[in-house]
Amino acid sequence: MIWNKTIECASRDEMAAIQSERLIRTVQRVYHNIPSYRTKMQEMGLVPGDIKSVEDISKLPFTIKSDLRDNYPFGMFTVPMSEIVRLHASSGTTGKPTVVGYTRNDLQMWAEVVTRSLGMAGVHQKDIVQVAYGYGLFTGGLGLHYGTENLGATVIPISGGNTQKQIQLMQDFGSTVIACTPSYALFLAEVMKDMGVAPESLKLRVGIFGAEPWSESMRKEIENKLKIKAIDIYGLSEVVGPGVSCECEYQCGMHVNEDHFIPEIINPETLEPVAPGEIGELVFSTITKEGIPILRYRTRDLTRLIYDKCQCGRTLVRMEKCMGRSDDMLIIRGVNVFPSQVESVLLSMSETEPHYLLIVDRVGTLDVLKLMVEVQEQFFSDEVKELEALKKKITSNIQSTLGISVDVKLVEPKTIERTAGKAKRVIDNRKI
Amino acid sequence: MIIKQVSVFLENKSGRLSEVTRILGDAGINISAFTIADTSDFGILRMVLSDPDKACTVLKASDFSVKTTDVLLANSSNKPGGLAELLELLNAKGAFIEYMYAFSMNDNKATIVIRPTNIQKCAAILEEYKG
Repeated sequence: MIWNKTIECASRDEMAAIQSERLIRTVQRVYHNIPSYRTKMQEMGLVPGDIKSVEDISKLPFTIKSDLRDNYPFGMFTVPMSEIVRLHASSGTTGKPTVVGYTRNDLQMWAEVVTRSLGMAGVHQKDIVQVAYGYGLFTGGLGLHYGTENLGATVIPISGGNTQKQIQLMQDFGSTVIACTPSYALFLAEVMKDMGVAPESLKLRVGIFGAEPWSESMRKEIENKLKIKAIDIYGLSEVVGPGVSCECEYQCGMHVNEDHFIPEIINPETLEPVAPGEIGELVFSTITKEGIPILRYRTRDLTRLIYDKCQCGRTLVRMEKCMGRSDDMLIIRGVNVFPSQVESVLLSMSETEPHYLLIVDRVGTLDVLKLMVEVQEQFFSDEVKELEALKKKITSNIQSTLGISVDVKLVEPKTIERTAGKAKRVIDNRKI
Repeated sequence: MIIKQVSVFLENKSGRLSEVTRILGDAGINISAFTIADTSDFGILRMVLSDPDKACTVLKASDFSVKTTDVLLANSSNKPGGLAELLELLNAKGAFIEYMYAFSMNDNKATIVIRPTNIQKCAAILEEYKG
């Protein structure tokens, strides 16, 4: 089902006209309301009048995650707090989260783009959608929730975890759609097997999976094990949350809701736009958001854009599955992890620079994070119990900072490989 | 008698112990006694050496994490119940032992290395004790 045919099947010219008008308005609003944007534009010798159409977008300054952190918590909001009706937050690089605020209109727009995404995934009013994304500061749960209600389907707001109950409700309520992270989908399949529940006995037919990278082979595995169609949904809280883009039934790239979020692909080194169809870093400008409009946000996700019309009839530009990151961020069980967070935890526990290595593995269906810490003089004690206590302290400090569990291993000095004086911080062994 | 013990952090992987002993041997340092405290993924090698300061220097030069700790050398009689007698005395006087290991033995005496919680207190107790 195509929820909003006028937009989703608009011609390129029609889309460009919508984008131009909205971009011009957004630039004016941020210029006059957000000092950090005004300063950036003034430094570049830009005034709002220089942006005459969507073609001029590459003249605008970029926004990066640290801009949000530097203006923590509400410095990037363009409306007074009295107009903000909801806050969400994602983990930041140094402990401070990235906060985003939504006006009533923003929430309506978000519900609209999620509804379109559900339509792309083949969900309709008669479906029963089990939302197993976390509800809370994370945008996954509530994002899918309101989109489902807006569509008119039935939502089961079960949130994440509680796996046996998830499966029980699938049986009792006859859920037809599951929304969660792809790794959790595989975990559900495992637990079903343990419980002796055959996926064929359930009514599940579609899964909407996002919040972490996953490959085509993982898609096949999920589809085989759960007997469903697995659809990729993309989003990030800085832009809106889930629903920025989503695959249709043809599973050939995610349609970007580009009347709200203009995508660009840049070369992460030169910051120049790449040639059409080339891989680069994905950048988004929001052009309808009121609470926290954002210009040229560098997502750090690497992908490419496809402008051909899709078999489904939609003309919305498609982005391919993300093929990696242009920074060192790791996504582990849906949680964003930066090596610098680990570093700051270790630094807070010792006087000198710690040497560490993060190793990510996929054991069965779950990602596990291992942290090797070199026992330098400052950490070394002659007592086993003190070293055990140190290990425990590192484990719990990291866990409370990152929000995910970590397996700490103490290793000898100089065990961790150094290249050109700089230690390698991350080994990602996951075959995604 | 209070002496300096040298401790080395070791990961549980093959060849590490032999590397330490080779470094000490090449530096002309004799090992009089040693013990290993091990856990599932690391160990602490504790040694009584002929030249603890030099040992620290050469081991650090090979990137080992090294620490010196004061420990006590105590004598007990080399006969059944000898060690029990010594420990009963320490216990009665309220000295708490973190760890201990054997040092040497001859016909009459057995020497042991003790790492007590309070080394001065323990040393004072042992001064009275003839074993």
